[in-house]
Amino acid sequence: MIIRFFHQMGSPRYFYSVAGKMIPWFMTSFLITLLVGLYYGLFVAPADYQQGESYRIMYIHVPAAWMSMFIYVVMAVSGLISLVWRIKMTEVVVISSATVGASFTFLALATGSLWGKPMWGTWWVWDARLTAELLLLFLYLGIIALHSAIEDKRVAARAVSILALVGVVNIPIIHYSVEWWNTLHQPASITKFDKPSMDMSMLVPLLVMAISFKLYYGAVVLMRARAEIVERERNTRWVQEMVEREVK
Amino acid sequence: MNPIRKKRLTLIGLMVAGIGVATWLALNAFDENLMFFFSPSEVAEGKAPTAHPFRIGGLVETDSVKRKPDGLTTAFSVTDNAEAVTVEYTGILPDLFREGQGIVAMGQLNQDGIFVASEVLAKHDENYMPPEVAASLKTAHDEGVNKMQSRVSVQ
Repeated sequence: MIIRFFHQMGSPRYFYSVAGKMIPWFMTSFLITLLVGLYYGLFVAPADYQQGESYRIMYIHVPAAWMSMFIYVVMAVSGLISLVWRIKMTEVVVISSATVGASFTFLALATGSLWGKPMWGTWWVWDARLTAELLLLFLYLGIIALHSAIEDKRVAARAVSILALVGVVNIPIIHYSVEWWNTLHQPASITKFDKPSMDMSMLVPLLVMAISFKLYYGAVVLMRARAEIVERERNTRWVQEMVEREVK
Repeated sequence: MNPIRKKRLTLIGLMVAGIGVATWLALNAFDENLMFFFSPSEVAEGKAPTAHPFRIGGLVETDSVKRKPDGLTTAFSVTDNAEAVTVEYTGILPDLFREGQGIVAMGQLNQDGIFVASEVLAKHDENYMPPEVAASLKTAHDEGVNKMQSRVSVQ
């Protein structure tokens, strides 16, 4: 069953219709979790013992930073599948994720900067964590630029997949930068093996926000993938028939 | 898996592994330069540069913060619980600056071994908790310490 589903999802036409049905679900659950997360993060969670109210920017900053890395890994994995198995739909996923990923990276850098000024006393420092995250933004921008520079979409997808795979080496660097080197950025509060060094009343809204951002990514990547499919398949009969139906 | 795909997969695997190794070597070579700051122990060992400014990071030692009569200059010790370096800074300190707090200062050592800072940044840790929890943790810690001390004094 599941294998058959994945095979069918490989077909642009099937993907297009399934994605169309999934978007509203992603969007509603995103909005619900966003409202719940923001309300609990900004109004219910207590102030921090050290940073007071300022720490609340974390509810945007941390999920955005997680998403910036998560989306890149999704792109690299789909890039690998595209290169080896030449599946059209994973090519579409690679390029549809790039702009969302770049936006989340920018959001993480901007909110981090706004947080850094009152807490550290500076907007920006060239420590390992911040520099590696900035490099990630440039990787995303490079991927977007490379994709639009090549006319043939399938060739473009292959070039972009290679670039995404080359850049994936930056992901562990971002993650471990705070452990390998002395940085101004503090180490991770939430790790897989240890108890999180964050009070539960603050942690739960953070996790809700993280889920919310993932759902948002899901909705946006499906929308962009649908647009990309229509553009790529514009000469096929099913797209033309669909357009004719829309016009009537 | 057919042979062409297998070949592609191996090639990509080799490419990613090669880039990984190259990056690892490069980062290893740059190791010292990627350190955002030196610890007081490294300064004491003479690892920090003397000719040009560098950053020093550590905790502000308790009871070491002294204000100079001019009202703007502050002197304090930065420690990593092994060595301590005296830092002098003229200017406004960040809000989080206090005794026991982690800081990073940019500046240079003068002839007397005093670190003259041109910039002081506060470092905060990865712990997030409400003030009440922090207070009760501190009380529990102090009580524990007192208990240990009284037990030692009884013996």
